[in-house]
Amino acid sequence: MYALVDGNNFYVSCERVFRPSLNGRPVVVLSNNDGCAIARSNEAKDLGIKMAAPWFKIRHLEESAGLVALSANFVLYGDMSDRMMTLAAGLGPTQEIYSIDESFIGLHGVRGDLVARGRKVRERILQWTGIPTCIGMAPTKTLAKLANHIAKTTERKPGSYPKEFAQVFNLAALPAQDLDDVLQATEVGDVWGVGPRISAQLRDGGIRTVLDLTRMDPATARRGWSVTLEKTVRELQGQPCVDLDDAPGPKQQIACTRSFGKPVHQLAPLIEAVSEFAARAAEKLRKQKSLATEMLVFMHTSPYRPGPQCSRSVVVPLRRPTDDTLALTKAATDGMRFMYLAGYQFIKAGVILVDLQSANVHQRELELDDPNDAPATRDRTRLMTAMDVINTRFGKGTIHSGGTGKLGVNRVWTMKQERRTPAYTTCLADVPVARA
Amino acid sequence: MNSIGNFSEPVPLSAASLMLPIAAGYIRAGFPSPAEDFEVNRLDLTQILIQHPQSTYFWRARGISMREKGIDDGDLLVVDRAVRPVHGHIVVATVDGEFTVKELSQRLGRMRLKAANPTFPDIVPKEGQTIEVWGVVTSSIKRFVL
Repeated sequence: MYALVDGNNFYVSCERVFRPSLNGRPVVVLSNNDGCAIARSNEAKDLGIKMAAPWFKIRHLEESAGLVALSANFVLYGDMSDRMMTLAAGLGPTQEIYSIDESFIGLHGVRGDLVARGRKVRERILQWTGIPTCIGMAPTKTLAKLANHIAKTTERKPGSYPKEFAQVFNLAALPAQDLDDVLQATEVGDVWGVGPRISAQLRDGGIRTVLDLTRMDPATARRGWSVTLEKTVRELQGQPCVDLDDAPGPKQQIACTRSFGKPVHQLAPLIEAVSEFAARAAEKLRKQKSLATEMLVFMHTSPYRPGPQCSRSVVVPLRRPTDDTLALTKAATDGMRFMYLAGYQFIKAGVILVDLQSANVHQRELELDDPNDAPATRDRTRLMTAMDVINTRFGKGTIHSGGTGKLGVNRVWTMKQERRTPAYTTCLADVPVARA
Repeated sequence: MNSIGNFSEPVPLSAASLMLPIAAGYIRAGFPSPAEDFEVNRLDLTQILIQHPQSTYFWRARGISMREKGIDDGDLLVVDRAVRPVHGHIVVATVDGEFTVKELSQRLGRMRLKAANPTFPDIVPKEGQTIEVWGVVTSSIKRFVL
């Protein structure tokens, strides 16, 4: 048995904990650079605001409907997520943190009334953190995700399902006929892993509801689509195919990309930006003890802005697999210099480290370098460790390579976050104020 | 406490770092330390002040209405949302969407927020006004000017 614990409208809920005046009002949280809505309160959903709706298209609702828009405050969301996840872990013996607001809990060996236990955990998360959650339970992860979807929908749209399914719903406790009714009432596109394209194909083939998909022959799913859909069908039939990933392995690629606060057309700030992204990526790389062998550097203009369009990328092979900030910022700089074209307003750039390998494995090689050319090959592991320790202790970017430029004032490319709330729980200067 | 085998009660995990005493890290050739068998942890302020790490938040007090309870302007408050508020607790509460720190009074089924300074009136909810307790203040930390 698995449970999926999921925070309702998570980013908005985090904001409301410290700003209760937002309760009952339509609220959206905007992506980096205040681009589009990445979280919506129920009131905002009721206004018809879709996920990822661009801010400029919904901005008029500020005046007409009292919409409140906030810049994403990921520092706050990260801390609230950590609190929520730790409490959710009390539900069962194993946990897989699936995203910032969702975690799967393995319920193996948990005795007694699961729904009652789920309600206690839900109540505790709500009381201790202020975050409302929904919990779905079922014999497989795909079904648990579906049960969670039903628990959420029942709460948000009364009448869509029997009201006792709201908030905490155990699909396995349902009699067979009732289960069929629920699956019949749920669209195939609501199943985990069935995207818009596949659901359109399924609908064309006469498979409209989850019940239809559940009754599909797994072999047909495999022949007609993929082994992934076959697994989905088996999971819907109650046969676990996706294990709990409670100790995820190292990432296969590490990306650091960002949209700029305003378009950038000169080379110098672009170099500054990709150097910083490379430094960030290098930190992540060292954290998971991997080395990169290639770096992809890219940039592009905004398809939503007038003017000439340009999208460029280049793969920079690294001389040796490395996790060295200086080697990686140099690669990013070289890549940018190579692909830069004047005359375009670039809005986004990034670096992606690919072909990662373990830092414990070293390929020996012949000494082909000029031994007098020592600085290039010098082992800078200790320097990198020192950098990471200093930046952890005194804050990000305390020491950084010269290429990333001066922090703060002259940066033209940093993110636009005009509506961000304070870091209430992680920064002493930002703690909330109570009138005494 | 949760006894082993009582599976119906969910157990909260502690997020506080678990520090283990290092008992005799290595063998010395000379005299063994006489303190070796008495190894314990140094007192940790976090452990003293915070019972539930996941439900504890810091707040800043602004104003002098709670002076007689020892809360001065600028004090750092430790607020625990896991504690069930009862009559007499110092609480952070919301009144019309604004946060205030006051003493909770619940007598004869009526809720009031009492100031601890005679020059401040108590807050009694008016018709249609709701007071909600956000969390219970468990300590007030005062830094002196050095």
